[in-house]
Amino acid sequence: MKRRQIKFVIGSLVIVVSLAFLAFTGFQDNKAYYQNVSELYATKDKAFGRNLRVEGDVVAGSIQRAAKQTKFVISHTDAKTNETHTLPVTYVGSDPLPDTFRDYAQAVVEGSYHQDGVFVAKSMTAKCASKYEKEKAAGITLPPVTEN
Amino acid sequence: MVQVGQFALALAFVVTAYSIAASLVGIRLKNDKLIASGKHAAVATFVCVSLAIASLGYLFVSSDFSVAYVAGHSNRDLPVYFKIASIWGGQEGSLLFWGWLLTLYSALVVAQNWRKHTSMMPYVTAVLMGTSLFFTAMHLFVANPFHLSGVALADGSQNLFTPRDGTGLNPLLQDWLMVIHPPMLYLGFVGFVVPFAFAMAALLTRQLGDTWIRITRRWTMIAWFFLGTGVMLGGNWAYHELGWGGFWAWDPVENASLMPWLIGTAFLHSVMVQEKKGMLKVWNIVLVTLAYTMSLVGTWLTRSGIVNSVHAFAASPIGGYFLAFILVGLASALYLLYDRLPYLKSENEMESVVSRESSFLFNNLILLASCFAVFWGTMFPVISESMPTWMGGGERVTVNAPYFNKVNVPIAIFLMFLTGVGPLLAWRKASTNSLKRNFLIPSLVGAGVGVVLLFWPGIRPWPLGSGEFYAWVAIMMSTFVAGTIFREFYKGARARAYGTGENFVAAVVNLTLRNTRRYGGYIIHFGFVLLFVGWSGQAFKVDMAGIEAGIGDTFALRQYVFRVDDLTVADTPNYTAERASVSVFENGKKVAIMHPEHRNYKASQQPTTEVSLRSTAKEDLYLVFQGPTPDGSKAILQLYLNPLVAWVWIGGVVLGLGTLIAMLPNKQGVPEKRRRAVKSDEVKEVEAVS
Repeated sequence: MKRRQIKFVIGSLVIVVSLAFLAFTGFQDNKAYYQNVSELYATKDKAFGRNLRVEGDVVAGSIQRAAKQTKFVISHTDAKTNETHTLPVTYVGSDPLPDTFRDYAQAVVEGSYHQDGVFVAKSMTAKCASKYEKEKAAGITLPPVTEN
Repeated sequence: MVQVGQFALALAFVVTAYSIAASLVGIRLKNDKLIASGKHAAVATFVCVSLAIASLGYLFVSSDFSVAYVAGHSNRDLPVYFKIASIWGGQEGSLLFWGWLLTLYSALVVAQNWRKHTSMMPYVTAVLMGTSLFFTAMHLFVANPFHLSGVALADGSQNLFTPRDGTGLNPLLQDWLMVIHPPMLYLGFVGFVVPFAFAMAALLTRQLGDTWIRITRRWTMIAWFFLGTGVMLGGNWAYHELGWGGFWAWDPVENASLMPWLIGTAFLHSVMVQEKKGMLKVWNIVLVTLAYTMSLVGTWLTRSGIVNSVHAFAASPIGGYFLAFILVGLASALYLLYDRLPYLKSENEMESVVSRESSFLFNNLILLASCFAVFWGTMFPVISESMPTWMGGGERVTVNAPYFNKVNVPIAIFLMFLTGVGPLLAWRKASTNSLKRNFLIPSLVGAGVGVVLLFWPGIRPWPLGSGEFYAWVAIMMSTFVAGTIFREFYKGARARAYGTGENFVAAVVNLTLRNTRRYGGYIIHFGFVLLFVGWSGQAFKVDMAGIEAGIGDTFALRQYVFRVDDLTVADTPNYTAERASVSVFENGKKVAIMHPEHRNYKASQQPTTEVSLRSTAKEDLYLVFQGPTPDGSKAILQLYLNPLVAWVWIGGVVLGLGTLIAMLPNKQGVPEKRRRAVKSDEVKEVEAVS
């Protein structure tokens, strides 16, 4: 290899290694386990102290809004066992709650799970379940067929 | 209309397949009639898919809720322009829109280039139509927008019914930006198919001279322009619609649009090294292939629900098909490239680390690193879950915005440095003297601004690696780059004014028009400088949450005092709204009245907030009406003070204008030379064929 090519290799290596270092440390500091409510309970004691993102449906009527913190419950029904698990959540984040956050919405809360069984969320996102899925979830029967 | 749409889709599928077959068989049999027939079929595909999308549009405008997609994304009282925009408001329709744009591009490419590049075009047609075939198959069999409304019964049959009204378009999408943001973004995504088609055609025909690189560069500029515009509009939409006070959150969908853009940016730079020095030939084909792959990956990410995102649609069966198509495309392209390596020998080699080509090399390296870091972070939930347990896998692990920032902020600053330095370095090797001449003054100005910022407005750039630190460095770097750009314009215009006797302003304009690529490029770089300054302001953002205020109450932030004058309720056919009227006083003087809203959409029964913004060059006031307090007497408000945000949007506009200028043909002189280049390439084509 010629001398000037060595310079390029060294230059590139310095850049790649320092970026990889940043990526690695950034990754370790900011990773979060992504689970649904059932999976969270399945990990048992490992759940405490982990940075978590937990997904579940907002239980209808559980939302208690206040200016500083909002409390609600999310649930997940395991498709195989048909068991439903619920998780009480206290939202303490500084960002406003998303507009899509409401009864039946699919919420993802991020924060930590505490020994008292409450999940303290620092941030959250919510996806609106479509109206039809929502009715299905609530057990509403089909609307009547219209004449056209 | 449903039948018309269905029929048009079926016809499109058949015609697309025919176009591929006719082109390929035509090449093999050297049958010009068959090849021409393949070309006409490519144009016919455009007509068919246009008919399909027009039918869907008609169904939306006439509120025909017997079609499931219309019922799910529209309602009777939706304004008509949103009804039309609803075409791309959901999964099936947005895929159809993607496919339609692809056939539009294909028809344009075929019509524009047929006479010029006779031997290459049948292959281009085949590659374009190959991608189109995949999409028409998806429209027809997997994500059909013309399915009828109904409910699947337990025995698998369908109980059809027509709802009285649709469930409405997602209120967050009921915004004028949502009418134009997706088309821009998609024009960008789809645009990268064209360079890929030419790259593959060049490999297949072994015509790896200047022709393909010239056409590809132009089409990449077009795709890059639309994609960049789409990303900027998306950021602007997020900023004024979502109400969290920012414009970029590293959401998978945002990342999906950024990745092909980063690759496209890398290609637009490295292509110059090939044009000038005949180097990086293999690399450029890899970049074009990656840009194509990434734009498909982007579509796949956003449409399959494989990663969790605020934008993504529900999990759907299209994921597997997309992945298979992407992998097959990538593998075939790389195999073809490997097979043609002997035709892609480099004509020169790198001589000095301090040279133009070297700066492009480093630019490419870190743009790719950035893309890789974004890809890794976006896809990690999928990767970690599919890894075996003994490797620590099996659990879905996600990363948040701080990870992306930690990697990409230093990359962006280094890129800014190269933006200032690269264009002024000489090819081959830059002399120490030229370095001093070009960079001494801009460096001093940059450093000077850095020092001034410490005293006014009193930035505290520590600890190292904090947001404040990076913002401080970014502003210094931006000043340095702006300095180099202004110096270039000044130098060029002064010389021109001296030679021609024009006044200085005319000299700047003519200088730019006579060398659009170079000076358009500088304008693009200057757009980035402004964008960078705006982005730096984010480090000094102030957030005041959970303000409870009734009529007559006041609250204060820095030099501003806010007074709630009125809380009212409004009713429109589409939504009801609670409105606050808030007077803003700056240093005791009334400067604005803000009207944040909290809306409740009737059809979807979904609440949204309408942010009220007061934007100045210095800072934005961003007021959100989160909703009334439980007893209804007061409003819960959130206030952000966002320094310098306006410069992000101004930078975006400059960026777009610069790109348009860079795409203009040069005024006088140069076309003659270009024409000769084309001719010599055609001679090569003829030689290669015979």
